[in-house]
Amino acid sequence: MLQMGRVRINVERCKGCGLCVGACPTGHLEMGKELNQSGYPYARTVSGKKCTACGLCYRMCPDVVIEIEGK
Amino acid sequence: MAEKVLLQGNVAMSEGAVQAGCRFFAGYPITPQNEVPEYMSERMPQVGGVFVQAEAEVAAINMIFGAASTGARCMTSSSSPGVSLKQEGISYIAAGELPCVIANVQRAGPGLGGIRGAQGDYFQSVKGGGHGDYRLIVFAPASAQESYDMTMAAFDWADHYRNPAMILTDGIVGQMSEPVELKPYKPACSLPEKDWILDGCKGRAPRIVRTLYLHPVERLIDHNRHLAAKYAKIEAEMQDAEEYRCDDAEVIVAAYGATARVAKAAVNMARDEAMKVGVLRPKVVWPFPVKFFKKHARRVRKWLVVEMSSGQMIEDVKLAIECSKPVEFLGWGGGWYPTGESILEKVREVYR
Amino acid sequence: MKLARPESMHDVATHYCPGCGHGIIHRLIGEVIDELGIREKTIGTAPVGCAVLLYNYMNFDVIECSHGRPPAVATGMKRMMPDRIIFTYQGDGDLAAIGTGETIHAANRGENITVIFVNNATYGMTGGQMAPTTMTGQWSTTTTEGRGKHGEGPPLRVCEMLATLGGVAYLERVAVNSPKAIAGARRAIKKAFENQMAGVGFSLIEVLSMCPTDWKLSPKESLAFIDQEMKKVFPLGVFKDVTGEGTSV
Repeated sequence: MLQMGRVRINVERCKGCGLCVGACPTGHLEMGKELNQSGYPYARTVSGKKCTACGLCYRMCPDVVIEIEGK
Repeated sequence: MAEKVLLQGNVAMSEGAVQAGCRFFAGYPITPQNEVPEYMSERMPQVGGVFVQAEAEVAAINMIFGAASTGARCMTSSSSPGVSLKQEGISYIAAGELPCVIANVQRAGPGLGGIRGAQGDYFQSVKGGGHGDYRLIVFAPASAQESYDMTMAAFDWADHYRNPAMILTDGIVGQMSEPVELKPYKPACSLPEKDWILDGCKGRAPRIVRTLYLHPVERLIDHNRHLAAKYAKIEAEMQDAEEYRCDDAEVIVAAYGATARVAKAAVNMARDEAMKVGVLRPKVVWPFPVKFFKKHARRVRKWLVVEMSSGQMIEDVKLAIECSKPVEFLGWGGGWYPTGESILEKVREVYR
Repeated sequence: MKLARPESMHDVATHYCPGCGHGIIHRLIGEVIDELGIREKTIGTAPVGCAVLLYNYMNFDVIECSHGRPPAVATGMKRMMPDRIIFTYQGDGDLAAIGTGETIHAANRGENITVIFVNNATYGMTGGQMAPTTMTGQWSTTTTEGRGKHGEGPPLRVCEMLATLGGVAYLERVAVNSPKAIAGARRAIKKAFENQMAGVGFSLIEVLSMCPTDWKLSPKESLAFIDQEMKKVFPLGVFKDVTGEGTSV
């Protein structure tokens, strides 16, 4: 599990599809270079970018990899 | 004695279902069983049940699959070509261990065939018409009374074993009208609680009705072992046949359904000619009444199987007596009907 | 605001390919069922197709059906349990090829059920053969020269076709290829379940969904394929609405 600000990413469930990266309006997400246990690269937040917890990444993800913390 | 009314076999079968608590019927018109959906279309609403004229026999059997999963007593009916259409659905129902009743009012085949009664679906019914290793409990009524009694009991046995049951009747028994005593419903066996129904997961873990088991490989094999054990139990417990003048018979005529009634008439005539002949009539054709056949196997010199088919049950007769004696055959598929005289003539020939 | 796995979904990984639309649609159904508070009285049907294992992912009663038959199975269930929520979840082969008869007749009888129709213009599970919704000229493993070359006919437009039936209450086509589209799909799915709860009648939501594997596109390219190709043949919108309200806002 990757906790980055209000975005929690279940690394082992990520299949590296990258749809969250495209959905994020602030460029807050990227695909990392490391692979998880299933052999997929996984999504991670980009440091230095502002996450507004808009939830578009959660909405786009087919695998409920991302959860957004409440305020 | 309960009320006795003149009822057509098809209607007697339907009313037996109603009395057993059948509250969902889905079917499609096909001769010679149209009276069943027609009767049920009026009767189901009368008892607070549901009738659906499905768009096809395939849809009907799948409606039954759904209704059965809710724990409701449900039934569909068709005739030979329509029952062929149901085979995939029946395999799923058996695999899912859901109870239901399927009636086949057999007509002549193969293909579109004809609308006279026949017994050409014996293989399909008892050897598994659908894919995979499963069995149906198959009742074979020979009268309107048995159509009523057996259908009523079929719902109980289906629930008892969590298995589909079939009423294997034919166009003769289905179409003829006879007096029927409308016995009140009484359970034929113990009825376990239906703790497997899909009615929403309130207060419990979710349930699944499934028949696909991909991983691990053993899971589906184990399911098949489980089903086989169930069928072995049914084989031990449900064999049933009528022995008519068999006690000293040297030749026994084996027949079921309408054919057996004609065989009895022939046997009576044969007895008048001093031949020691009897009729052994399976009342349940799966499980096959092997123990009844074994009982007479040593004494009987020859067997004569009569079917309104080109020879299907004859194979199970040979198996039951382990081919220990000659087994002769009389019958044709395609709408051939036996007569007392035609069977008597064959009995004389076999008896020599 | 907290966005998390719906209670109506099991906490397990799915077998779906990266970028597959099924995962999104499953989650939308889970969100809607949670929001409407109907998990304990919902029974779903699993089709034959990639979503055959739907019951491994959804936290409520599910029945696995034979190919194409969910609307008939749902009919039997709903007629026996009118107060439960019964929905089908079907792909294009299930609903519009082998199951066309069951679809049309359950719709025309006006069975009070909810049908979620996942249209990805391909037969996913079996490796990419032509589907009833494969588009003219589209490559598939059984139309390697493009659909239409050898008498296949044009793609079936299910919403348009079912809109002619008197028994149908609600038809809407949506997509899940962008966050905005997904929001629209969620509204439509919620409306389809609300219709059943209110006894409105047969509601079908057709969802244009991604299949990167069979389309031989990346997940990102698959999103564009829906916008650029599929929407031309399968326009989004409401095709029938007896409530006259459109999607719930």
